[in-house]
Amino acid sequence: MSMNEWYSLLDALEIGLAGASLTGFYHLARAILVKTEAHYDRFDLAFAQYFEGIETPEDLPYSIWDWLDKNLPAMDITEEMRRAHQKMDLETLKKMLEERLAEQTEEHHGGNYWVGTGGTSPFGHSGYHPGGIRIGGESRNRSAVKVAGDRQFRDFRNDTVLDTRQFQLALRKLRQFSTRLEGARTELDVEGTVQATSKNAGRLEIVWDRPRENTIKVLLLMDSGGSMYPYMRLSNQLFAAANKSKHFKDLQVYYFHNTIYDLLYLDPRCRASQSVETNHVLKNLDGEYRVILVGDASMAPTELLAQGGIINWSMFNEEPGVEWLKKLKRHFEASVWLNPIPARYWGLTEGAETIHIIKEIFPMFELTVEGLDMAVKKLRARK
Amino acid sequence: MNMNTTGYRGSADYIVSDELRNTVNIAIALQKPLLIKGEPGTGKTMLAQSIADGLGKELLVWNIKSTTKAQEGLYVYDTVQRLYDSQFGEQDVSNISQYIKLGKLGESFDSDEQVVLLIDEIDKADLEFPNDLLWELDQMSFYIPETKETITAKHRPIVIITSNAEKELPDAFLRRCIFHYIAFPDPAAMTAIVDVHYPDLKKKLLEQCMEAFYWLRTIPDLQKKPSTSELLDWLQALVVGGINPQRIADELPFMGVLLKKNQDLDVLLWHLNNRPQSRIAHRQAFKIG
Repeated sequence: MSMNEWYSLLDALEIGLAGASLTGFYHLARAILVKTEAHYDRFDLAFAQYFEGIETPEDLPYSIWDWLDKNLPAMDITEEMRRAHQKMDLETLKKMLEERLAEQTEEHHGGNYWVGTGGTSPFGHSGYHPGGIRIGGESRNRSAVKVAGDRQFRDFRNDTVLDTRQFQLALRKLRQFSTRLEGARTELDVEGTVQATSKNAGRLEIVWDRPRENTIKVLLLMDSGGSMYPYMRLSNQLFAAANKSKHFKDLQVYYFHNTIYDLLYLDPRCRASQSVETNHVLKNLDGEYRVILVGDASMAPTELLAQGGIINWSMFNEEPGVEWLKKLKRHFEASVWLNPIPARYWGLTEGAETIHIIKEIFPMFELTVEGLDMAVKKLRARK
Repeated sequence: MNMNTTGYRGSADYIVSDELRNTVNIAIALQKPLLIKGEPGTGKTMLAQSIADGLGKELLVWNIKSTTKAQEGLYVYDTVQRLYDSQFGEQDVSNISQYIKLGKLGESFDSDEQVVLLIDEIDKADLEFPNDLLWELDQMSFYIPETKETITAKHRPIVIITSNAEKELPDAFLRRCIFHYIAFPDPAAMTAIVDVHYPDLKKKLLEQCMEAFYWLRTIPDLQKKPSTSELLDWLQALVVGGINPQRIADELPFMGVLLKKNQDLDVLLWHLNNRPQSRIAHRQAFKIG
């Protein structure tokens, strides 16, 4: 939220857009201050907390509702009465109400003391008391505190409305323009037109050219092993950002568990039935693909270095994981490793040893907006 | 809140919630663009039409596509036409203004009466698109260098912007908007909507369908939750197929109409098999329509 919005809200209150009701104020404030449904719930919570207690007491006896279930004509209020009434604060009122309820035994309409309809007693409905507590009766809107208390937008918090924008902006820089060999001629070639027209003795001849397009292709490899769970949200954000970035010519995504062996998996569950051979991927994707590996690079050193070191007991790898990583590195022109562990801990965590080995193979960056920025720069520069 | 007697009050063919109506009036009073988000099928686009009808104003629609540029909304200078005219035409080409064609935003500024401008699906465009419109939406004017002309809004248009949340919108843009999220209709509202489309539907059938439909929407892992239009299609399919209402909740026939993705059907199957109710007995009968 910024000052702009705050002033807007004040302006709106000034011209009476809240309609002198708490519900009106609730809708007004939400429309101006909150800019995504993901924050509706937080707004509701804050609102309910702040205005808590301005709610009609709920455990009133039914007989009181019956007394109140009557309509009365409007009445004149004098300035003096208004002043007197405004003096009462909520606490006093509530206490008075409780006392009054204890005393009262019958219906009351009009008058200025008992709970009833019309009249100027602070309790009841259709009457006039500027600081009073409304009990039942008609309201054009539900009480705002009640609406806020319902928290009907709670679900949206868990929704995957993640702020991927910054990641997306960083990924945008990953582009490389095509040579003009393919595609339809849809762009005016100014230079060509000038030349052709001159050759034509000033008679206009328009030349069209093919627009240049981004040719960048991306291979995203993501670790979905157990140690990555704490970073799931972050990885998902990156994935969503890459997925939404429509400017890539092609985006391939595979998953791996801790490190890469003979198989790459099609989904994060890493089941053998949903996998392709790593060699197949290497054969089918040319070296122009930019490779982004995402993982914490933390595992038992044997998993990376030993034959048969794969974490899955039912499998066996002929070549140690580190050899596969080197193969990847050789095959592609540019590759980076993004690590969700903050860089200052790379030397200190349990996985420090394997992080160090992998860092020697791939340039490693933090999985942050800044880290992604640097990684993208690295990817743009060819080997 | 009905103090705003001159404001928007809904129109005959569009049922608007109090909340949304108030928000529309707030946006109009504060002269800010109104950004509307919500699931597909919640009537975002219809709202602009309704506002235009309700206030008796003209509606201009600017449909945004992935290739739309902000400039196109202001004006287009048809240089090629001018070049051609200079060579072959009889017109006087020194008057550039005849080659300036105003875009939708430009038109809305230039109109002699206040209009409603709908910028539909702004999230389809490039990430920077909303930022490119900041100045024009703030100042309600833009400059055409070719004709040294400044187009200023004669009457500030009522700007309605819709978004499907495909992309995040930039903060600077959001700051200038009034925001409203149209919640998915609750069963009561949905019944009213269905009623408009199929007034003769059998009560039993509708009840069963609504129950199944809202249950489906509670499944958390669905990639694409079924929306209003899918429900309407499904009802149609069930009526045409002559399905006995008793079977609907148990067997979920013609599921392909509601769920369009294979993964979602898998998810549904999994949930059906794990549903702790008598329906387990029927899972053998479950078929994908």
